Amino acid sequence: MSIPLSWYIVFATVLFCISIAGIFINRKNVIVLLMCIELMLLAVNTNFVAFSRFLGNPGGQVFVFFILTVAAAESAIGLAIVVLMFRNRRTINVDEIDSLRY
Amino acid sequence: MNHSIFQMVCFIAFAVVAVGAALAVISVKNTVHAVLALVLTFFSTACLWMLAEAEFLALALVVVYVGAVMVLFLFVVMMLDIDLEPIREGFIKYLPVGIGAAVIMLIEMLGIIGVKAFNVQAGPNPAGTSNIEWLGQALFTRFLLPFEIAAVILTVGLVAAVVLALRVRSFSKRQNPAAQSAVRAPGRVRMVKMSAVAPTKPAPARQEPQA
Repeated sequence: MSIPLSWYIVFATVLFCISIAGIFINRKNVIVLLMCIELMLLAVNTNFVAFSRFLGNPGGQVFVFFILTVAAAESAIGLAIVVLMFRNRRTINVDEIDSLRY
Repeated sequence: MNHSIFQMVCFIAFAVVAVGAALAVISVKNTVHAVLALVLTFFSTACLWMLAEAEFLALALVVVYVGAVMVLFLFVVMMLDIDLEPIREGFIKYLPVGIGAAVIMLIEMLGIIGVKAFNVQAGPNPAGTSNIEWLGQALFTRFLLPFEIAAVILTVGLVAAVVLALRVRSFSKRQNPAAQSAVRAPGRVRMVKMSAVAPTKPAPARQEPQA
């Protein structure tokens, strides 16, 4: 294993910033927003895996395991909410979901 | 040395594919294509984790994410009949803001990280030969309670998804457990008062003459 730690961190940073940009430019489409959140979690998980390997501590990889669990539950519930929203409002446009404002 | 150069080349190739696919996720017009690009991102990142000698998590990422979560995304995207035009209309408007924010964040983060300070090499693999054994020993001793809580979280997620997306149709024939368990004997059997008179014996059936 000869890949330096900084390569992993730089890769994770680039992925995280791409998902930030995705949230900015796709801010009307709920499904793409959820996908950007998944990308963010992936970037963070990459950091955890790399640090776990370089510190020799299994805690990081166990944490990634739990993040995967929570993210799977989160996306299942999020998609169920999206389906429900589409069934009731016939749209997934974030700008049109503002009933609570009035 | 030759071996390590090969690893570095693999890392760069997978990282370039993952970053390119991530850019495709946030920029393509069709949401189905975005989901497929996200699958490619997850797959390349799993290969990077494999290079970091986290074999179990790499395989779990492919199985759980590509196999379950992304398929769920595909189902939802294909099931919903989405009109893409109003959703896409702010794309050009927010593009400079998004790129600006991302670039500024990237520069700041790289500045904090200080790439040279982290240019360390890994020691020998603490997991030895078996990553699963290393991970499992930590998971089932120190992290046993979080492991159980993770199971509860998955159950809650499952129940919540079913309850949210369940559509009760008025014409469907289904059981009502509350009504079933509320049944008492008077609701099923009706006691009738009758006079205590023996009923007259019915006349025996007339024998048909043999033909």
